[in-house]
Amino acid sequence: MQAAYSIGAVVAVAVVAAIAGQLAGGRTIAWIIVPYAALAVFLAGFCYRVAHWAASPVPFRIPTTCAQQKSLPWIRPGRLDNPSTLAGVLGRMGLEVLLFRSLFRNNDARLNQGRLVVSEAKYLWLAALAFHWSLLMILVRHLRLLVEPVPALLLAMERIDGFFQAGVPPVYLSDVVFACALAYLLARRFRDATVRYISQFSDYFALFVFAGIAITGLLMRYLTRVDVVSVKQFALGLATFHPQRPSALGLIFAVHLGMVSVLAAYFPFSKLMHMGGVFLSPTRNLANNNRAKRHVNPWNYPVKTHTYAEWEEEFRDKLKGADLPLEADHAARASAD
Amino acid sequence: MPQELLQIEAKKPAGDWKNPAVEFRKGVICYSAAAKNVRALGLPHPRDWQPFDADWKLPPDWKQTLLEGMKDRLRKYRSFRLFMDICVRCGACADKCHFYVGSSDPKNMPVVRAELLRSVYRRYFTLSGRIFGALAGGRELTEDVVKEWFFYFYQCTECRRCSVFCPYGIDTAEITMIGRELLNLIGCNTNWVLEPAANCFRTGNHLGIQPHGFKDSLEFAADELEEITGIRVDVPINRKGAEILFVMPSADYFATPHYFTLLGYMMLFHEIGLDFTFSAFASEGGNFGLFSSHELMKRLNAKVYEEARRLGVKWILGGECGHMWRVLHQYMDTMNGPADFLEEPVSPITGTRFENARSTRMVHICEFTADLIYCGKLRLDPSRNDRWTVTFHDSCNPARSMGMLEEPRYIIRNACNRFYEMPETTIREQTFCCGSGAGLGTDENLEMRLRGGFPRANAVKYVKEKHGVNLLACICAIDKATLPTLMEYWVPGVEVAGVHELLGNALVMRGEKERTANLRGEPFAAEVANA
Repeated sequence: MQAAYSIGAVVAVAVVAAIAGQLAGGRTIAWIIVPYAALAVFLAGFCYRVAHWAASPVPFRIPTTCAQQKSLPWIRPGRLDNPSTLAGVLGRMGLEVLLFRSLFRNNDARLNQGRLVVSEAKYLWLAALAFHWSLLMILVRHLRLLVEPVPALLLAMERIDGFFQAGVPPVYLSDVVFACALAYLLARRFRDATVRYISQFSDYFALFVFAGIAITGLLMRYLTRVDVVSVKQFALGLATFHPQRPSALGLIFAVHLGMVSVLAAYFPFSKLMHMGGVFLSPTRNLANNNRAKRHVNPWNYPVKTHTYAEWEEEFRDKLKGADLPLEADHAARASAD
Repeated sequence: MPQELLQIEAKKPAGDWKNPAVEFRKGVICYSAAAKNVRALGLPHPRDWQPFDADWKLPPDWKQTLLEGMKDRLRKYRSFRLFMDICVRCGACADKCHFYVGSSDPKNMPVVRAELLRSVYRRYFTLSGRIFGALAGGRELTEDVVKEWFFYFYQCTECRRCSVFCPYGIDTAEITMIGRELLNLIGCNTNWVLEPAANCFRTGNHLGIQPHGFKDSLEFAADELEEITGIRVDVPINRKGAEILFVMPSADYFATPHYFTLLGYMMLFHEIGLDFTFSAFASEGGNFGLFSSHELMKRLNAKVYEEARRLGVKWILGGECGHMWRVLHQYMDTMNGPADFLEEPVSPITGTRFENARSTRMVHICEFTADLIYCGKLRLDPSRNDRWTVTFHDSCNPARSMGMLEEPRYIIRNACNRFYEMPETTIREQTFCCGSGAGLGTDENLEMRLRGGFPRANAVKYVKEKHGVNLLACICAIDKATLPTLMEYWVPGVEVAGVHELLGNALVMRGEKERTANLRGEPFAAEVANA
């Protein structure tokens, strides 16, 4: 049901974008106002969310320790999975952000005739890594539309990406990888009963929007062969704040742009914010040097405790009976001395 | 014990988790906290009620209290706010939870446990949730949701296993801790947590043992040691001017098999001539406050530093206990420090400086003992543990909140001849919980404990069949209290022991009489007929 709602929402976005992109009255809105507004919402929302997290205190140092601690000098510590230094933390975060270290640990626990069998399960990690890296590649490739002249580095990257000279224009590896990874992640949401159970509207929605963007993008590049010069003219116009409504960019481009805008505007309100949040997780970005270096809680406040004096008062007779030393006696002896 | 063997079977998740209806039945829940214990701690809304009751007699403004409590904690804990926001529901955590594996209840997947809270967060604290409600994953806060929270936040042992696998490090322990804190605000708490906490607040320890009882217990242990070894060890209590304060979980001096671990400590301290003292005030290192709220944790923990200061010791040594060490390692210094009245810990025997504890100034006994062995200060005869084929259960907190993995293993390898590891995916940072931690270890909750402990038991069974393992060593008081039941049920024939019990068995003391029996009074080696 959640999936149906979200695919409905995505189709609605596509239809609205397609129609608005063609209508005389809607064109300025679809081609100029919506992209700018979406970008503004994205930037402001993203910054607000991250700043909001960053501004909230971290009262306790609670890293999840995934390897040996640094203790005695002859025991080798796990410097990356249980870092005790800043360098170690940076290493851990680097592995986490760039290579999805924690997800790499993933395994699969299954019951088999009353026994629990834990086996390897790396597909989710592989698909997630492929998805994110190819998405990054595709985003970076799009930069060529926003700058003139195109930097040499970008051109080099494109050459590598288009290494398999299959067809004209060459098929980009990142396109293929992205499509496959996205298909896997979507299929997993539908086919795996566990993941289906936990999936919500927003989980499907994000994937469907990506799918819509990918499909329209692929169509333009490989099938309808969109006029790249016009696209670039239009994009440069947006980038330089001299926006001009394009004349020759068709329906598919309108849908592509509309969906990208929706994704950007939706981003700060959604789980996609994990992009910023992953850097701030206190179980990952703090060193496990708890006993070596005191962590300060900015809102630490005094609490009601049961003090030794109160305790001794209550158990005085029993302490005496058991011949245990009393603070009162210490004090008396001290004053006698 | 359940009469029939529990059927642990995989069921596909069905239904909609947004429906909060929960069936409270005996065996899978903990009972409510007695009003006297709630009162003793000065916590809100003491009353007589049980989770089975239709009417939980919540305070009239319960909803507002909960929402304000959430707001307050969202402001105070980055962890909480972040973990409410960034889950992508990838599902990697699902089968990592021992309660999900053992119960097949889909709401025990860590992701769903968090969603129970997250859905309310979205509905009341996010723009999209306020506008779009259920479509944005929001859920109304109703009495049924409160009951559901109670059910599932007391069906999590805060073991942090899921957090190891989460790509964003979302820690269900943190969610559960906050969830329980919220429930505490409206008087929904369990007796198995609050009674020990109330005892601890008054007497200094969970079991409510008063100072004379504390002394009797330790003297009794000294008598027993004299019988076993022929050596009379000292029992210094509340002794001012000692170099080291030793703090342990109270079960060590009042429960079995913990007690044999205590014997091990006492032998060790005597043998190396340690200048130390026990304390009848700081007679508990464990901290059931951790299972209730951050504030209660701080209140119970305060006595450790207070007593160290009063006695004028140089530093503190701590015994074998899991959640106690979560508090000591990750919270104590922040909550009740700085410990500037103590000195940086240095082993008086080896001269080793425990640099990893230079601020908190409290050292784990396994770190201390591993150093002694490494420096050749102990004479150990591992053949005295020959009746045992040992495996080691990493307790959740020392493993995933400290990373103390090698120290206990080093001790075991030096004290025992036969040691075998369980499969990699069930030990170290991936260790499976005993299923009874975080205040769930009560017999009224036995069915759920046995279900939650199943993955651990299953791994023990594997090494029992493969290597003939008959002893499960661990360094946690809750493990020692609850693993014997778990073993008896799932893997009969496997005993449970603390690491320092094994050390005590192997320790050759100067001037000891000829020994033939271990600390349990059993012959060192199993008789051939039994082998």
